[in-house]
Amino acid sequence: MHWFANPARFMRIAEKLLPWVAGAAVLSIAAGLYQGLLTSPADYQQGETVRIMYVHVPSAWMSMFCYMTLAVASASFLIWKHPLADVAAQAAAPIGAGFTAMALITGALWGQPMWGTWWVWDARLTSVLILFFLYLGYIALVNAFDEPERGARAGAILALVGVVNVPIIKFSVDWWNTLHQPASLTRLDAPAIDPAMLSPLLLMALGFQLYFVVVLIIRMRAILTARRIRALHMVEPGVESGD
Amino acid sequence: MNGFTAIIRRELKLAMRQGSDAAIALMFFVLVVALFPLGVGPEPGILERISGGVVWIGALLAAMLSLDRLFQADHEDGALDLLVMAPWPLEALVLAKCLAHWMVTGLPIMLISPLLGLLLHMNTDAYLTLLAAMALGTPVLSLIGAVGASLVLGARRAGVLVSLLVLPLTVPVLIFGVSAVEAAAIGQDAGPHLMLLGALLLAAIPLCPWAAAAALRQAVT
Repeated sequence: MHWFANPARFMRIAEKLLPWVAGAAVLSIAAGLYQGLLTSPADYQQGETVRIMYVHVPSAWMSMFCYMTLAVASASFLIWKHPLADVAAQAAAPIGAGFTAMALITGALWGQPMWGTWWVWDARLTSVLILFFLYLGYIALVNAFDEPERGARAGAILALVGVVNVPIIKFSVDWWNTLHQPASLTRLDAPAIDPAMLSPLLLMALGFQLYFVVVLIIRMRAILTARRIRALHMVEPGVESGD
Repeated sequence: MNGFTAIIRRELKLAMRQGSDAAIALMFFVLVVALFPLGVGPEPGILERISGGVVWIGALLAAMLSLDRLFQADHEDGALDLLVMAPWPLEALVLAKCLAHWMVTGLPIMLISPLLGLLLHMNTDAYLTLLAAMALGTPVLSLIGAVGASLVLGARRAGVLVSLLVLPLTVPVLIFGVSAVEAAAIGQDAGPHLMLLGALLLAAIPLCPWAAAAALRQAVT
């Protein structure tokens, strides 16, 4: 971990890694979409609308994965003062908010034909909506200070406080009687899903994961560059700043 | 502990002498609740149905309104730096501040809530449950609010920001508070909901002062 603590070294490695990860993301999302939209069977109950699941489920997984990334980065920023951790946290938050919004929107599009309603106030949907507000609150808090350092530290504490919501989302379908179906993959016995549907789902999940890494690297690079411009600007008042 | 009681006495004295801050939150609470019959219409059936939720949402918003007083004034006049340097654990001092904040805002809100229930035609069987749920729930609002208030110290537009941060975290209090009142209103057992509210309070008492104290240390350094 500490070997990566040098921002310049991180930028160099990320630069080399980026095209490969981006290529893999494009390939797996393309393969997942091909299988999901064309070769996988329609569900015997849900019909063609089951294909929304190939976007909805990976987005929902990623919405929680991004939050855990945000929380772990915030913790290592507060505990070890890792110089890249707050950059990673600030870079991950808007991506997570995007995935959460996508999970909510695709869920509503699926719910309208299946449940007959765009939205129900059940435990899973409400807790994901709260997750979305937590992301927005984090982004607002980080940007609310004149000193970026103070914003990063306040945001890190907020991110750790918000972690209480993650197990609530995960287990909401088990703890309460909800309209949302319980987990199909992470069960003790075999996954309750047909292999022909499982393969596009996992491909899409992998593709979303790789996409997250690509956007994270690009955003981290942007934040580091913005900081360097800011530092230059402070040393030499004559240098034009980008914003 | 000496520091603990000293903080509570100081906060109460300040609230007593300034007076208006606590009264404003209470007035806001009454006003918000009184707006609902004007907004949704005066039919007793509808008002009775929504009374529990309206009273709780009013309490939630009134609690948000008073949060910026919790640490802001101390941050501005430098008293916060002395609190952080004091020989007592900062977590205990934060807990004392939360307790004082609750006595000044949460307690009056709790005491006046049955009266507002009366205005909304709430079922009389639910009054005791409403009082019990408020007694368990409003301290949680002060405790969670303290985390938000300490995080936004020194931020631009801190007053709006603190509501944005705190309101999503108070959703469990709202859910269990309202379900306790509604269960009592239709003659069911409100016990499980009250126990969940109590569990929230017991979890918030150690965890929230801990997080708020961490945020305060970041704010003063």
